[in-house]
Amino acid sequence: MPNNLFGRDAEALPSVGAPNAIAPALSADPPQRTYVTGMTVALGGMLMFFMALVSAYIVRKGFPNSDWRSLNVPRILWLNTATLLASSVTLEFSRRRRARVDEEGFRHWWEVTAILGLFFIAGQAIAWKQLAAAGVYLATNPSSSFFYVFTGAHALHLLGGICGLMTIMLRDTRRLARATAVEVVAMYWHFMDGLWVFLFLLLLLGR
Amino acid sequence: MNSAAHSSADSGARPRGFLRKYIFSTDHKVVGLQYLFLALFAVTVGIVLSLLMRIHLAWPSLRLPFVHGGVMLPEQYLAFVTMHGTIMIFFVLTTAPQNAFGNYFLPIQIGAPEMAFPRLNSISFWLTCIAFSCLLAAFFVPAGAPISGWTAYTPLSGLGDVTGSGEGAGQTMWIVSILIFCIASMLSAVNFISTTIDMRAPGMTLMRMPLTVWAWFVTAILSLLAFCVLLAAGVLLLLDRNFGTSFFLPAGLVVNDQLQSHSGGSPLLWQHLFWFFGHPEVYIAILPGMGVVSHVLANFSRKPVFGYKAMALAICAIGFLGFLVWGHHMFVSGMSPYSSLTFSVLTMSIGVPSAVKTFNWIGTIWGGKIQFKPPMLFAIGFVSLFVTGGLSGIFLAQPALDNMLHATYYVVAHFHIVMGVASVFGLFAATYYWFPKMFGRMMNERLAKAHFWLTFVGTYCIFMPMHFIGIVGEPRRYAEFSALDYAAALVPLHRFITIAAFVTAAAQFLFFWNFFSSMQNGEKAAINPWNATTLEWITASPPPHDNFDGHYPSVYRGPYEYSVPGSTQDFIPQNLEENDTERRPSNAK
Repeated sequence: MPNNLFGRDAEALPSVGAPNAIAPALSADPPQRTYVTGMTVALGGMLMFFMALVSAYIVRKGFPNSDWRSLNVPRILWLNTATLLASSVTLEFSRRRRARVDEEGFRHWWEVTAILGLFFIAGQAIAWKQLAAAGVYLATNPSSSFFYVFTGAHALHLLGGICGLMTIMLRDTRRLARATAVEVVAMYWHFMDGLWVFLFLLLLLGR
Repeated sequence: MNSAAHSSADSGARPRGFLRKYIFSTDHKVVGLQYLFLALFAVTVGIVLSLLMRIHLAWPSLRLPFVHGGVMLPEQYLAFVTMHGTIMIFFVLTTAPQNAFGNYFLPIQIGAPEMAFPRLNSISFWLTCIAFSCLLAAFFVPAGAPISGWTAYTPLSGLGDVTGSGEGAGQTMWIVSILIFCIASMLSAVNFISTTIDMRAPGMTLMRMPLTVWAWFVTAILSLLAFCVLLAAGVLLLLDRNFGTSFFLPAGLVVNDQLQSHSGGSPLLWQHLFWFFGHPEVYIAILPGMGVVSHVLANFSRKPVFGYKAMALAICAIGFLGFLVWGHHMFVSGMSPYSSLTFSVLTMSIGVPSAVKTFNWIGTIWGGKIQFKPPMLFAIGFVSLFVTGGLSGIFLAQPALDNMLHATYYVVAHFHIVMGVASVFGLFAATYYWFPKMFGRMMNERLAKAHFWLTFVGTYCIFMPMHFIGIVGEPRRYAEFSALDYAAALVPLHRFITIAAFVTAAAQFLFFWNFFSSMQNGEKAAINPWNATTLEWITASPPPHDNFDGHYPSVYRGPYEYSVPGSTQDFIPQNLEENDTERRPSNAK
């Protein structure tokens, strides 16, 4: 009996991309599914972080005699949201190409995803500039404080995602761990996309 | 460190060179020891701070070392309170039980060669180190360390140096330190959870995991969820202080005759966010100790853990309930009595899983062949302290009583006994128990026993009188009581506590001496000196780089098979097959 599967069969490993990319872990290497587990757990932590901010938002806004003034979110946020949603779609295109062992197509759509991510960040920067031009800064009002905190924290996390996307582009493509890396970065990206939609709706409807 | 001969078949190449091997090592055992030594350093600093405070409380006009100007000023006293609390809670009670011993033993106990993410593990440690340096640096910035307590209550912590010395750069350093610590703890928690879920040896089902692993696993979940919330709160506090926002700062605040420009925020919001982290933090400190104590009590009673399943579930229940009771820290904040009642009932309900644990500990040693070895003494000491501190907790869980006792020494006595000293006893039990595995040598038993009795009696002498001081009504966090008439009668008691504190602190030299001299000169330890059943005892002492030298174990039985009827020996290791009559547990050097 092989000793190094740590209680899991090879079939239980994440079935991502080309099946031959997943071999039972060699000797002492940890199995690939730990990365998926690790990312799932880490996303739980990030969700907790953002939910703490959201709960502070709801409480701070609900004070009686509050100094809260509703903030009209810049309209470019709609475009940014569409861009980020599109990036999730292109990421799925990319993963499908990978499943068909179409390396060209995979790389193409993967790059498009990263570029759309950069567009999103640029769009957020434009939104901040527009607000600043209108005299709305971090400390202007609690609503603007939360706007900058939410968008800033999310942009930082998304920049991390873009780094992940780029790392995979630049890495040796035949590495065993790549299938897992693609899976894990995709999980992160979709999560950040969904999180943004939630935050956007909160800023839009909960103001 | 590791003198074991290493087979050439070893898959995990052993790192060479001092830097790769000891400083930036990704070996979970080295990282665990790094955390341990960091905690030992931190606890020394924390003890020195507490002794200085104790001298000042007993003899206020005495000139002291490490105190600017010689005689301690009230703001210096508060700075010491703050730094003592922060260092002890974050850098001792969070790092040592979980990150030091958990890192070292969790992978070995589940039969894995490493943590799931070794590099992340090393990064977590170095982030913790940076956080600690950042915190200590607060002593050396102009106006010194912060004075707002380890809870950093707003508005005191949110306004900058207008609120007093230490609230300028010192408080900012404190917040930055805690933010870095939060990130380190979160990364470490991800590692622990993933390792426990995915790296278990074949046959190591959840219900065959040692209770230590259960405790580290649940603690990691608590860390993940709690520290992320503190991170969010800390970011908002930093913005309030340094960028003019008003999350936690109300309008119309006048401090030192200056009207502050903040508007509409709520200090209570900070308290809610902080204690949502802060209460689970208590369990982050003590759950690993509970795991170790269960482990040790079974080992030295030569009996299985009584009610293993109940023990595992009780750990989960305590972890879960720990997230629902943060409001009991805020009974005096003016919250609605209905909220108080809810928090009160939930808090007392933690007594149920706690009692399950306590009775099962007693059940475990009941009728056992008890061996009073040092780890066992500290484990029994833990149970004693946990019961004592837990009972005063039931008093404090009632809002009516808490209103009287909240700002007094009673609370100081309560939390020091239950989360401070009890957790530290868990650490001592763990150190004496696993030292032979970590360093391949035994610690001196006589010194260890002297250390136990002095510490055990000493801590009770320190903290029991504090209950009475609190009931009399002496407020905590006060640097001096000369203005309080009724407090004059308590001065002798304070002096007694201070002397007890010095005796107890001196007793720790026995431990330090024993620890460091045994590393060099202790008697060589066998592979399994305590005749224990779990997987760390089937490998060399200290374990090789990949823990099992390429022979990874499979698990066939539960973790506490002691004195099994019909068995030739009174313990059966977890990796022994059901019908294996050939292989007998070996106890070879």
